[in-house]
Formats: sequence, structure tokens, C-alpha cells
Amino acid sequence: MASAKKSLAKASLRNYPLWFTLPLGIIFIVLFVLPTITSFYYAMQRWTLFDTTWIGFDNYALFFKDPFLLGGVIHTFIYAFLTSGLKVVIGMFFGVVLMSNIKLRGLLRNIVFFPVLVSTIGVGLTFQELLKPNVGILDQALQVFGIPAAGLLGDVNTALYAVIAVDVWKGVGLATVIYIAGMAAIPSEYYEAAKMDGVSAIQNFRHIILPLLRPATNTVIVLSLIGGLRSFDLIWSMTGGGPGFASDVLASLIYKKYQAGFYGLSTAGNVIMFGLILILIVPLNRYLSKREVEI
Amino acid sequence: MKAVNVRNWIWGLVALAVAAAVFLVPFAFIFVTASKSVQEALTLNFDLPKKWMFFENLVEVVQAQDFMLIRAFGNSILLTVCSVSILVVLSAMMAWIIDRRPGKVAKIANAMILAGLMIPPAVVPTIFLLQSLHIYGTFPSLVLIEVAYSTSFTVMIFRAFISSIPRELDEAAIIDGANPMQLFFRVVFPLLKSVIVTAVILNSVFVFNDFVNPLYYLNGPGNETVQLTLFNFNGQYVSHYNLLFMDILLVTVPMVIMFAIFNKRIVAGMTSGAVKG
Repeated sequence: MASAKKSLAKASLRNYPLWFTLPLGIIFIVLFVLPTITSFYYAMQRWTLFDTTWIGFDNYALFFKDPFLLGGVIHTFIYAFLTSGLKVVIGMFFGVVLMSNIKLRGLLRNIVFFPVLVSTIGVGLTFQELLKPNVGILDQALQVFGIPAAGLLGDVNTALYAVIAVDVWKGVGLATVIYIAGMAAIPSEYYEAAKMDGVSAIQNFRHIILPLLRPATNTVIVLSLIGGLRSFDLIWSMTGGGPGFASDVLASLIYKKYQAGFYGLSTAGNVIMFGLILILIVPLNRYLSKREVEI
Repeated sequence: MKAVNVRNWIWGLVALAVAAAVFLVPFAFIFVTASKSVQEALTLNFDLPKKWMFFENLVEVVQAQDFMLIRAFGNSILLTVCSVSILVVLSAMMAWIIDRRPGKVAKIANAMILAGLMIPPAVVPTIFLLQSLHIYGTFPSLVLIEVAYSTSFTVMIFRAFISSIPRELDEAAIIDGANPMQLFFRVVFPLLKSVIVTAVILNSVFVFNDFVNPLYYLNGPGNETVQLTLFNFNGQYVSHYNLLFMDILLVTVPMVIMFAIFNKRIVAGMTSGAVKG
């Protein structure tokens, strides 16, 4: 009996051949895992025209010494945290509005979500023209009201924040639908019980919706942090990292250093980005999921 | 009851006006500017064009640089079709084994999937690797890159779906004498139809809109994808805003069509993928 069971188990294993995982496994390991591992080695080299020299941790050190490179690291933090925070707040607000009883909900959701699907480069170039100093729509509108032109993208103090605003504009639709899915999963008994107890709308939001939405909030935070730390397309198409280095982030510096032939420095940027994501996301994810409540 | 209904309509219309102003105005701007003459487009304002030149601009953009846009669309569509079909078939196979055969391989695969969702690809080492294989800058290499970079996400959504298919179905097919290939492609794969559709749509959107990977891995004339032409257009036609925005409009159209047909699936797929991640 026991041996029959065993042979059955063996037979069933034979029906799930491991080589099924090979084709994709090889592509993934060769083109993704292997380069990730070798990047630690390349990041410790300096390229000249003809040969390479081993320079240890100098490339990493440069990233934290050179003011422009360090600026890029700091901008990456600002970009990731601001976009993530704004997507949580605005996405939750949109989600609550779209789960209320107002009419036209389906249409509204589609309008908010649509920019998520549009080419980031297309969005970036469009806003580059809309926000163009003096001639763009925003500055023209400001001039009508007698306010001096803002020139958001041309000012070193505002360029990064203008890109962040467009990033939120484009991405908040995804946060919104994640919140809608989260709210749809809350059993209606909770609301009914609260209603019996005569709970006000604010109390309802603060003590029922907010805690039960924690999984959705965690998803939005983690997703937009990872996206923000890696963000490239929008910055590249709106400002190219400029003016000067005012809106450079890690991803744009990696590309610039690659173009300039500083392959080691570029790879060091990659490793730093990898490190940042790991040290931020892994503990954050653990902390956030600990605070989730069971529904 | 009726008063509540009226109030809900009023709020709905107010929200619609606000949402349209915030989210649709930039698209209206794209359309208006794409319909203007060169001089009028230079003003970058919202005035309607004095003379609608939509079709003239359309023809000019398509003909520009020896029909580059047509080539780029061809390249983008080919890239999307090739990488998404490889991705979907191979991801389904991998997800099936991971779910049905727990063990060392499944554990390693799960760990790598998780890492793949977070870790940014190391670009320069990948380029060196492709160069040493003598395939850097070729179209097939970009297809494989797109497959590798979307592996984690795609296997994840397949794994979640496959775990809901009862094993009894496999066993029935095995008793009927199906070998593993028959079991997977004749029995299991057809059952995955709904998640396949989701995976195809979402990955098509990602690959078609991808800019950074063609930028790194497919440089060179004749190889342009639509996202690259869009970016290059900006540099080459500095003051031809009408043509630039016509180009943006054309690149956006496939997504409008996708969204019009599949919007429920796209939203559901993105949220379920996101929440489980």
C-alpha cells in the first residue's frame, strides 16, 4: 500500500517535468540575474579608451562626494517619497469619492485611470510644452492674471517638483483603482454595524475605512516607492535632468555616465539604486504588513 | 429618495467637470495642436486652429524621413507580438511547475521572482554580456530582454491563477494517458484563457510603451521603436509643434483602442497583480 502510494507520487512528479521551467529560467538567469551579479565587479573598475583598471570602491565614493552625483541621489529620495505620499493621499481621496453614491462613477474612474496607459514619453513631451517658460499654457495663464511667469521647468528650484507633479498626475489612476479594489473587499457588515452605532462620516472613515484599507495603502506605497526610485522616462523627456543638474536622479545619471563612457561609474549608480531599493523596501514591507488588520 | 438622487447627479457632474479639466485637457491640447499649421502651433495656446490641417499634418508626419514612423510602428508591433507571445507561453509553463511541484526548484524560482520585481536591471553588464554573445543591438536580443524583464510579473499572475485550478483535472487527464506536453498544452493551457488575456494586454501595454530598453539595447538606424521616434522627433523638429503633437497623438491611439475594448480587464489585472505583489 505504502509503496503503491510512493510510486503514484513518483508518477505524478513525472507529469510535472522540471525542464518546463528551463526556457524562461535560462533567459531570466542569463539576461537578468547574471548581469546583476557581475555588476558588483564592473562597478569597481574604471574604463579608459584601451583598458580597465581596478579601483575598488572609488566609484561608490565618487557618488557620495561629487555634489552633482550626490544631488542625484538626494533627488531620487525626494522624487520617490513625494510621489509615493501624494499618490496615497490623492488616490485614497479619489477612491473614497468613486466608492460613494455619486453618479457617473464608471466614466470618472476611466478618466482618472487613462493616463496610466499612455506613453510616458508622450506625456512628458506634452507637459514640457505646456509648462514651457513664458510661452507655455501655464505661464500664459499666469500672465493673464498679472502674475509673473513661473517657468517651472526652467527654474532650478522648481524643475524637479514640476516633474513630480506630472508623475502624480499620470500615476494616481493606478493608486485610485487599487483603493477601489481595497474598499470593495471590505464586507458591508462593518458599515452596517457602524450605522447602528450611530457613527459619523468622519469617524466611519477614521476608524473603519482607514484601518481596513491598510493593505491597499501598503501596496500603493511599495509600488510607487519602487517606481519612483527607478523613474527615468518622465524626467528624461521633460527636463533631461536639467536645468544644469537640478532634476537629475539616479536613473538619469546612470544613462548620462553610460553615454559618456564611464561604464564603471554608471554601474556603480545601478548598484546604489539596487541597494537603496533593498534597504528601503524590504524592512518597510515587513513593517507595513505587520500592521495590517485581518478582515 | 428623489432628492438624494438629484444630489448624486449634481456631485457626479461636478466631479466630471473637475476630472475632465485636470485629466483630459492635456489630451485636448495634443489634438488641437496636431491640427494646426506650423505658425499657429508655435503659439502653444488653446485657440482652435483657423484652418484645420489635421490630415495634412498626418500625411506629413507619416512621410517624414522616408516613412520612418511606419517602420517604427512595424518594429514596435513586432517587438510587442514576439516578446509577449514568448513570455505568455513560457511563463505559464514555469508557473504551472512552480505551483504543482513544490520543492527546491519552486523555492528558488519564487525567490528570484520576488527579486525581479524589485531589483533594477543592471544595464552596462547586460550590454557587455550581449556584446560578448555578438547579439548586442539586434532585434532578437531586445525581444529576449523584454521577456526577461517582464518574467517576474507575468509568472506571478499565472501562479496565482493556476493555484485555483483543482489538481483533480490534471489527474483525470493523466489517467486518460496524457503525457506532460499534452497535459499542459491540451488541458491546462486552455483553462488559463482569462489570465492569458490579462497577461497579454498588460504586457503589450508595457512593451509598446517601453522607452528605456530600446534606448539602451537597440540603438542604431532602422531599428527605431515608436517611443524612440517620439523622443527623436522632439529634437529634430524643434519648432514644428504640430508635427510633434501629431506624432504623440498617433502613438497614443493604440492605447486608446486597447482601453476602449479591454478597460475592465486592464484595471482588474493591474489591481490584482499589484495587490498580490
